[in-house]
Amino acid sequence: MGTLIEEIFSRKIGRHAYAGEILLVDVDYIMSHDNTTPLAIQTFQEIGRPIYDRSRIVLHLDHAYPAPNVQVAENHRRILDFVRQQRLPHLFIRGVCHQVMLEEGFVVPGAIIVGADSHSNMYGAVGAFGTGLGSTDIAVAWATGKCWFKVPETIRIELYGQPPPGVYAKDVMLDLIGRLGMDSAIYRAVEFGGAYIDNLPVHERLVFTNMSTEMGAKCGLVAPDDRTIAYLESETAARGPFERIRPIRPRYERVIEIEVSTLSPRIACPPDVDNVKPVKEVEGLEVHEVYIGTCTNGRYEDLEIVARILEGRRVHPLVRVIVTPASQRIYTKALRNGLIEILINAGCTVTNPGCGACVGRHGGVLAPGERALTTMNRNFVGRMGSPLAEIYLASPATAAATALTGRITDPRRIMRG
Amino acid sequence: MGRAWKFGDHVSTDEIIPGRFNITTDPQELAKHVFCEVRPEYAERVRPGDIVVGGQNFGCGSSREHAVIAIRNSGAQCIIAASFARIFFRNAINIGLPVLECPEAVAGIHDGDEVEVNPATGVIYHVTTGKMFQARPLPPFVLKIVSAGGIVNFLREHDLEELMHP
Ligand code: SF4
Repeated sequence: MGTLIEEIFSRKIGRHAYAGEILLVDVDYIMSHDNTTPLAIQTFQEIGRPIYDRSRIVLHLDHAYPAPNVQVAENHRRILDFVRQQRLPHLFIRGVCHQVMLEEGFVVPGAIIVGADSHSNMYGAVGAFGTGLGSTDIAVAWATGKCWFKVPETIRIELYGQPPPGVYAKDVMLDLIGRLGMDSAIYRAVEFGGAYIDNLPVHERLVFTNMSTEMGAKCGLVAPDDRTIAYLESETAARGPFERIRPIRPRYERVIEIEVSTLSPRIACPPDVDNVKPVKEVEGLEVHEVYIGTCTNGRYEDLEIVARILEGRRVHPLVRVIVTPASQRIYTKALRNGLIEILINAGCTVTNPGCGACVGRHGGVLAPGERALTTMNRNFVGRMGSPLAEIYLASPATAAATALTGRITDPRRIMRG
Repeated sequence: MGRAWKFGDHVSTDEIIPGRFNITTDPQELAKHVFCEVRPEYAERVRPGDIVVGGQNFGCGSSREHAVIAIRNSGAQCIIAASFARIFFRNAINIGLPVLECPEAVAGIHDGDEVEVNPATGVIYHVTTGKMFQARPLPPFVLKIVSAGGIVNFLREHDLEELMHP
């Protein structure tokens, strides 16, 4: 009995877990990447214990890969040496950690996955408890297999209706963050449901749980259903049977109901992710870079939306349009189906899978005074390089429309029927 | 006693330590660049025992632990905020940097004021005005981590399970 997060914890501990309780639980997987692993290695060595279970440790090189400078190269070296010394079986250089975690089958309903990355919340789209932790918690989990958690209260968000053409999960989520605020769910689980979510393909549900981080949430969750299971079976290496965990007579801290049928494309304006406006209100602002990719919107379907808009057209000659597929799997599928060629012919620069420009270290860093429109999940000052650059967040369709005109553009203006 | 360094709401980890500096794991190097964009004078002028005072959602954004390390190694003895972002809060506890949630104190304290803090009891004494504030008490197991000087030190002497013992 309980909310989805209480149900997940209850299964883990074999008795009813309730919100507010502090638990020490076994974690299924411990994820970290090239940005956070070096610090975890250092702390792990300070703890001075052996690894508890190497098969639970999953490492990725994605944040700045291939290494853009010597310091990053040294970090990669430290990680690879550690993998060899400790004989760790799971090292991936295949794209953004979260997308790869999903594709490689680590993320299944009911799993508890801690990641040294704040967007580990994304795993909740298939009913796993994914949450971000710092490097010390990760090192402790390597050494003990465990982690402490306070079972969070849950905010339930019910979404109804069908958004009009040109409006995507990203627009709905940005609108939600704009209404509720970037600290509206601190320490809370956010459950997404309602007819809109029920009908939504999993690749779009991922946008909601991914960006639950931008509401301050501990995790974002969608109850697994037939769509989830079909997705896991066809798009990932995970093999069932999968548990259909559902909220059972849940008690929510708050229930929010929102109708999405009249929504228009949305954009988060600097300097905060909850500074959300209709795209119409900022249309015409000149941009210098359009960045399409990341764990939020770098999936195959996102590239397809962009390619459909750009096919047979040319992006603005003075705008750098950078497309970074989230994973190698997405990249090869896009190659096979001709999307990459369309993007390149339209004037985009397609980079290797990974976090790319998202962390402001390589792959499209911004100069002072520049303005970027991107499909990322956060627009903090300095995120993409210079603190004097401006970052706008929007859907892949808005990004593609903006790439064509060189100015922030409502995608409905140029979308073909 | 320390001087307050007051910040606004939603100070992100990107503002505490921008991505381009967190490639290093060297605490002193991180401390050199802490708040370099939002308060460039901080790193140079902060004195041991000073106190960082933030508004709502302090430390939001990425999970980078470099942010709490940078603040701790700058010499600040603790952080008082109206509220903390979740991962940041946990990271601070884990490295033994006291974090006190107290919106009333934040409202009363101005930049440069003198403040005395008892992390164990959560009592904040605002020397400048003579007012006392009580921060939200930390759960007992969290206090165990903080008083051990962080979770790594705790694990040297104890098993993780002991955290949960009453
Ligand atoms: S793509 Fe961006 S938000 Fe996602 S994991 Fe990488 S750096 Fe973080």
